[in-house]
Amino acid sequence: MPKKVLDARNLTVTYRTEKGPLDTVRNVSLKICSGEIYGLVGESGSGKSTLARAIVRYLPENGFLKEGEIYLGDTDLLSLSKAQMRRVWGGRITMVHQDPNAAINPSVMIGEQIAEVVRTHLQYSKKEAKDKALEMLIRVRIADPEAVARRYAHQLSGGMLQRVLIAIAMATNPELLIMDEPTTALDVTTEAVILDLIGDLMREYDTAVLYITHNLGVVARVCNRVGVLYAGEIMEEGSVGQVFKNKLHPYTRGLLGCVPRVDVNKKDISLKAIPGFIPRPDELPPGCVFAPRCELVEEACRKERPLLKDIESGHLTACRRYEVLKSYGEVIADQRQLHERTESGELVLEARNVKKYFPVAGRLRLFGKSKRQEIKAVDDISIRMRHSFTMGIVGESGCGKTTFARCIMGLEKATAGEIELEGELLPYSVAKRPRDTLRKMQMVFQNPDASLNPQHPAGEAVARPLKLLRNMNNKAVQERVKELFEAVNLPEDYIYRLPHELSGGEKQRVAIARAFAADPVLMICDEPISSLDVSVQAALMNLLVDLQESKSTSYLFISHDLSAVRHLSDWIAVVYLGRLWEIGSAEDVFVPPCHPYTEALLSALPIPDPDIKQESIRLRGSVPSAMDIPSGCRFHTRCPRKIGEICEKEEPPWQSIGYYHQICCHIPAEELQALQGEGLLQKGEGMAE
Amino acid sequence: MTNFLLRRIGFILITMILASIIIFSITQLLPGDVARVILGQFATERGIENLREELGLNRPLYIQYLDWAVSFVRGDWGNSLVSRTPVRPMVMQRLGNSAMLAGLALLIYVPLGIILGVIAALKKDKLPDQLITGISMAFVGLPEFVTGLLLITFLAIGLEWFPANSSINPESTFREAFPFLILPAITVSLTGLGYIARMTRSGTIDVLKTDYIRAADLKGLPAGQVLFKHVLRNSLLPTVTIVAMGIGWLLGGLIVTEAVYGYPGLGRLIVYSIQRQDLPLLQACSMVIVAIYSISNLAADIIYSLLNPRIRVGS
Repeated sequence: MPKKVLDARNLTVTYRTEKGPLDTVRNVSLKICSGEIYGLVGESGSGKSTLARAIVRYLPENGFLKEGEIYLGDTDLLSLSKAQMRRVWGGRITMVHQDPNAAINPSVMIGEQIAEVVRTHLQYSKKEAKDKALEMLIRVRIADPEAVARRYAHQLSGGMLQRVLIAIAMATNPELLIMDEPTTALDVTTEAVILDLIGDLMREYDTAVLYITHNLGVVARVCNRVGVLYAGEIMEEGSVGQVFKNKLHPYTRGLLGCVPRVDVNKKDISLKAIPGFIPRPDELPPGCVFAPRCELVEEACRKERPLLKDIESGHLTACRRYEVLKSYGEVIADQRQLHERTESGELVLEARNVKKYFPVAGRLRLFGKSKRQEIKAVDDISIRMRHSFTMGIVGESGCGKTTFARCIMGLEKATAGEIELEGELLPYSVAKRPRDTLRKMQMVFQNPDASLNPQHPAGEAVARPLKLLRNMNNKAVQERVKELFEAVNLPEDYIYRLPHELSGGEKQRVAIARAFAADPVLMICDEPISSLDVSVQAALMNLLVDLQESKSTSYLFISHDLSAVRHLSDWIAVVYLGRLWEIGSAEDVFVPPCHPYTEALLSALPIPDPDIKQESIRLRGSVPSAMDIPSGCRFHTRCPRKIGEICEKEEPPWQSIGYYHQICCHIPAEELQALQGEGLLQKGEGMAE
Repeated sequence: MTNFLLRRIGFILITMILASIIIFSITQLLPGDVARVILGQFATERGIENLREELGLNRPLYIQYLDWAVSFVRGDWGNSLVSRTPVRPMVMQRLGNSAMLAGLALLIYVPLGIILGVIAALKKDKLPDQLITGISMAFVGLPEFVTGLLLITFLAIGLEWFPANSSINPESTFREAFPFLILPAITVSLTGLGYIARMTRSGTIDVLKTDYIRAADLKGLPAGQVLFKHVLRNSLLPTVTIVAMGIGWLLGGLIVTEAVYGYPGLGRLIVYSIQRQDLPLLQACSMVIVAIYSISNLAADIIYSLLNPRIRVGS
C-alpha cells in the first residue's frame, strides 16, 4: 500500500501587486503517494510554478499562502520555521528546475555540487560524500563519472546537466521530488533519454514525484496521475488512462485537440484551437474560469464556480456538464479539404550546394602554421521548392537549420552555393538584393518580442513593408493594414497598440501580418510557434494554413517540433550536422520513417496518447561539434543502426525511393523500410490511414 | 592560456608604442623652446642655436623620437632640465611613494567596499541598501579637494588625530610615512569605496536572481554556505576588474589628493614637470603611468580568468 507523501489541501496563493492582492492559485489540493508520478499540466500563467513554490514555501517576497495546509508525511510544513524548512529542502523535498544550464553553479565543480547536499543532510564525511557523488553520477547513467565530477557546468551538454540535476535531487533519497519542466529546454532526442531515465529511476526509488509540464505528450509518457491546471484552478484530475481517454473537462479536450497528430496533417484536419486566452488573475470571470472559452457553456456556468467532483474512482472534474461531454465521444478535429495543388508548379526556390562556414577566432601560434578552424554550420544543402507548398526542415538544435534559412534570406552571407528565387540567381547578401527580391521573400522570426520594435505601434510594423517595398501611398497603406489585421484575426484597434500591450500569440500574428504585407512568394518561418502555448500554437498553425490557401505563398518552415512540421508541411527535409539526410513528401518521410535519424527523432517525440506504443530508439550523447565533424557518415557516432566500418570511413550515397523521396544512408532503402515492420506507431483505434 | 597571455602582452606593447608616440608629439607641441627654457630669457640666439645642435633638436622629428624611444627602453630616461640629474631615480622614488599610498588605500577600501556592497545587495531596496548606495554615491560625486579638506578640518585640525600635512621627505620608509598616509588614504578610499560597493552590489544582485542560487537554497544548504560558496564566487568577478583599474588610478591619477596633502607622489611630480616645462621628466612620468595602467589591466584579466572556470578551463 503506497503511503501518502504529499497532502496539500485547499491551497490559495496570493501575490501582493500594485493592483492589490491577487489570488493566482485558488483552492488547489494535491495528494501524491510514494512511487507515484503526478503530472501537473497547464499553459503559461496557469500558476503551476507558483503552486510548486508554495508547496516548498519558497514564494517570491510578494507572494504568500493565504489559505491551506501542507503535510509532508506527518509533518505540517506550515508550522516549520525558516531554519527547519532548510532541513526539509534538499533532504526530504528536492527540486529539478527547467533550464539545466542556469540551475548549476558555473564556478563550482559538478561533483562538489552533489557532495555538498549529502554532507549537509546526511552528515557524510568529505570522503563519503565524494563517493556518493560518483555513485549518483553512475545512477543517472553518466559515463566516466570521475572525470565529469571534476568538470564545470559549461563543459557539459544540456542533457548531461539535467542528469546532474537529477543526481543532486536524488542523492538524499527524498520523499518528494518536484520537477518543473525538466525537459522543456532540451532537444526532443535528449528529452526522450531523460524521460526514460526518470521512469527508470522512479522504479528504483520510492519517491513521490510532482512533475510540472505544459507538454501533454510528456505526461502520457511518464506520469501515473495527472492534474490539469487552468488559471490557478484544477479542472480535471485522474489517472493518465482516465484523463486521456475520457477527458471529462472541455479544457482538457481543448488542449488535446490543439496538439497536431503525427498521423494526419493540414490536408485532412484543421487543429481545434481554444478561442480566447487565459484570463488574468485580476479579471477572473465570476463563474467557471473556463466559461468564456468553453463551447459547452450555459448560463449556469457563468454564475457559479463549479467545484471539483469525483466522478468515478478518483477521476475528478470541475465541469458541471461532464455528462454532456461524455456523450460527445472522441475529440474530433474539424475536417477540411484544401485545394488540390498541382505537383508540377513552378519552382519558387532552388538552393544548390549551400554552405556556410564560420571562422573560429584564430589562435596565435608561434611555431608551425596555425590550422584554420571552421564551424561548418551548413555544409552542402540543396533543396527545391514549388509554388504554394510548404517545406519543413527538422533537426536537433545546432544542426544548421536556422543558419540555412538565414543564408537563403541573405541575413548570413553563404560561403558557397547558389540560391535562386523564381529562377533568378540571388546575391548572397540581403544588402545587395534588389528591392523586388526583398519583397518576394519574407521571414517570421522565433521571438516576436525581439522582432517587433517596442516603440512602434503594431500597425506601423505592418505598414513599413507596404511603404518601403510596395510604394503605396498613405491612404492605401491604411486600408491595407486594416485588411491584414483582419486576415490574421486581430481586432482593428490593435493597430494602435504597442507590442508590450499584446500577448505572445498576438505579437506573432502581427509579425505574420508584416510578412504578408510585402505579398511575398516565399515565407521563411523560423520556429514561429515554438515560444507559444499549445492552444495559441494551434490557432497560429491554422492561420498559416488558411493564409497559404488564400494567397498561395510557399513556406519554408523550420522547427524542432516534429508534430508541427508534420502538420504543416507537404515536404520535409531532415537535417543533421549541416547536411541533409532525407527529403521527401511528409507522408513518405514520417509514415513510416526510413532514415535511422528520422526514425530516432520520431520515436523520441512524446505523443499525448498513452495507448500509442512507440519504438524506443534513443540517440546517445548530443550532436557533435560542427568544428569537428565525424568522418564518413557524420551520423555514425550516434546511429542506432550503424552497420560497421563503412559508416565510419565512407560518406553514404543518396538513394532514391519512391516519388522524389531520397535518403542518404549506407543501408539499402529496402532494408530500412523492412526494419520498420508495421511502422513506427502501433496504430490504435480511430487513427486515420 | 599561454596564447591568451602572449596576445595580451603583444597588445600592451602596441599600446605602449602608440602612447609613446602621442606623448612624444604632445611634448613637442608644448609652447616654448627647450633650449630657451634651459638657458633662460637672457640667452643669446647663438647660445640657443649651439645648445639646440648639442641636444640634437635640429634633427628630424622621427629621428628624435626613435632616439628617445630607444634610450628609454634601455633605461636611459635622460636628465631633468631643471635639476640636471637623471630622471629615472626620481620617478622611481615617487612611484614608490605612490605605491605606499595606493597599497594602504586598497587595503581600506576594497574589503570595506565589498562588505558594504554585499550587505546592500542582500538588503536590496531596504534601509541599509538605501543608506549605503546613497552615501557611497555622494562620496563618488564629491571632488577629492572637498572630502580632503573636510577630513583635514575635522580629523587633523579639530580632533588632532592625524597630521594635516603629508609633505614628508620623499625618501621616507613606509614605517616613517605611515602616520602621514592615513588621511590621504582615507580621502581616496571614499571615492574608491563607492565604485567597489556599487559594482559588488549589482554583481551580487544579479547572481542572487539566478536559478543556481535558487537551486542552492532549495538544496537546503546553510545560508552562509550559499552566500560564500555559491553567491560570492560568481558575484565578485566583476569587482576584480574594478580593483585592478583602481590601481592605475591610485598610482598615477591622484593629482588632486597629493596636492591637497602635499604628498610627494607621482601625481605631484607630473604637475611639477608640466609647470617647469621639464620635458624628459614629463615624458618619463607619462610613460610610467601608461605602463601601470596596461599592466594592472592585464593583471585584472589574468585574475578574472583564473577565477572564472568558464575561461580557465575550455569546454
